[in-house]
Amino acid sequence: MLELHGIAKRLGSFGMSGVSLTLGESEYFVLLGPSGVGKTVLVEIIAGLMRPDAGRVLWEGRDITFDHPEKRRFALVYQDHALFPHLTVAQNVAYGLRATGAARETMISRPSAIAEMLGIESIMGRLPATLSGGEQQRVTLARALAIKPRLLLLDEPLSALDTGNRARLQKELRRINKELGIPVFHVTHDPEEAMAVGDRLGVMLDGRIRQIASVEEMFRRPSDPDVARFLGMMNVLPVAAVNGDTCLVRGVEIRVNAPPRCASHVWIRPEEIMVSSQPLHDGDRNQLKGRITEWRHRNPLMSVCVSLTDPRVPEHLELTCLITHASFRKVGIKVGSSVHIAFRKSAVHCF
Amino acid sequence: MADTSRRFRRPGVGWFELALALLGSLVLLLAVAPLISITLSTPLGDLRDAAADREVVNSIGLTLGAAFLATVFSAAAGIPLAYLLARRRFAGRALLLAVIDLPIVVPHSAAGIALLTVIGRQSLIGRLFGHSLAGTVAGISLAMAFVSLPLLLNGAREAFSAVPPRLEKAARTLGASPARVFFTISLPLAWRGILSGMILMWARGISEFGAVVIIAYHPMVTPVLVFRRFNDFGLVAARSVAVLLILICIALFIVLRVLSRPGTEEPPSA
Repeated sequence: MLELHGIAKRLGSFGMSGVSLTLGESEYFVLLGPSGVGKTVLVEIIAGLMRPDAGRVLWEGRDITFDHPEKRRFALVYQDHALFPHLTVAQNVAYGLRATGAARETMISRPSAIAEMLGIESIMGRLPATLSGGEQQRVTLARALAIKPRLLLLDEPLSALDTGNRARLQKELRRINKELGIPVFHVTHDPEEAMAVGDRLGVMLDGRIRQIASVEEMFRRPSDPDVARFLGMMNVLPVAAVNGDTCLVRGVEIRVNAPPRCASHVWIRPEEIMVSSQPLHDGDRNQLKGRITEWRHRNPLMSVCVSLTDPRVPEHLELTCLITHASFRKVGIKVGSSVHIAFRKSAVHCF
Repeated sequence: MADTSRRFRRPGVGWFELALALLGSLVLLLAVAPLISITLSTPLGDLRDAAADREVVNSIGLTLGAAFLATVFSAAAGIPLAYLLARRRFAGRALLLAVIDLPIVVPHSAAGIALLTVIGRQSLIGRLFGHSLAGTVAGISLAMAFVSLPLLLNGAREAFSAVPPRLEKAARTLGASPARVFFTISLPLAWRGILSGMILMWARGISEFGAVVIIAYHPMVTPVLVFRRFNDFGLVAARSVAVLLILICIALFIVLRVLSRPGTEEPPSA
């Protein structure tokens, strides 16, 4: 089990502080954050390649903050693969075993077992420069796994890959985590990737961890508007006033389930907004009128932007709705056409 | 041909680029003309005589040997320093970099005099050895090293800088100690640059005159020999020795260019 307690580090204009988190036995943890927020610094602190200004790193309860990286057995995989260009694939994979003085049999048997698992047996004699991006990342992974790491650190490991390769390797990473039981600390800027691989997520903004939650929780109940926006959530809107169970949003009264009195923002989940050509007769729902300004494919759904034209709406307000292809056709969506939108109270999340 | 003429008529390629090319060829002529001229004006017979001259052969051997010694010893001590300078940021690093470049701006005869105060009879080192290092091969090597060290240190530092730090970091997390990382990752990846720095240093040592002549008139290195023959017997006598030395330096230079040519590296045997 890995524990971080109050990690702080300042490097030039960048700084992080108060970073605390726990990584459970064979857990897949994803740290999400925009580029340049210091995720790599945190990874390198965990790996022992950098020392924090304050805070402690614990492994199984023991303080390892100042242990050398070679003593930790935390294998690190970078985005740009960092394969040793002068060594063959086989030599790359065996590098860690050689460095730690493994027994001769292990040095032969383990690389071949891992090569088989990752499907790289046929390229063991090649040099890294001759490999494709996907192959290179597989080899890097094999090299990391060869030392039987106690923890796998992944720094944007899939960002340089194309969509197909990324999806395959995401699956591979899940499998490695679950089948070999190796805990993973994975850092990325991509919410979709985080969703695809993680058990638990942390969001880091401005050098602080804003929220740590399971994937479901994170995407259902982000802790604040910044986190929601970073996760790519649409329809995050400021609240002007709260009155009973209604929030005033840009002049529109939106009914919400038990809003906190100090709510500053609402998030209207776009996939829970219904779009129709006729008004719905359902008093439970918030109902508004609008005009379609744009629509886009957003596999597997369609995204439709609706500018509200309700006479009750004094300010400009645009909502994005995610609807299925079926209802897209049924409603007959066209730019400029008038539509009615409706959503339940439960579709609205307050911050 | 048709292709080139068309390229010349392309818009934007006109008198200005022509002027650049003309000025460029002037500079090139300055570098190449004397070398071609002296080589062409020296009869082959003179060269053969010079190559058979014991004094010349001894001095060339001394020059190559002393410069080689200077290079090897400097490499042993300098490569680790170059690695540190490439990898670590520490207080005084900028000052150290400036100090390394100092020999480039110091006049070499003055450098020789300065060196004499360190290795002469009255100096600490002189007293330690019981006599001055001036007039010895060690003294000559020291003079050569003093003036050519920047070439090795800067070459090696740049070679190490070109190795991505992430390779070294990844190796550390795989269980390799810093020493192991240095010998299995950094050094093998930087050796081309280091080697070309060493050859450059060697060549610079061979061609050194100013500092060496202050430290040692005898034993006589080839540049000093060329100077003496020119003074004593004139141009023709000095010319053949000069050409011999030039040819050796050019050969070294060609080896250097071949070595530092970027290309695919063969995998080392496992």
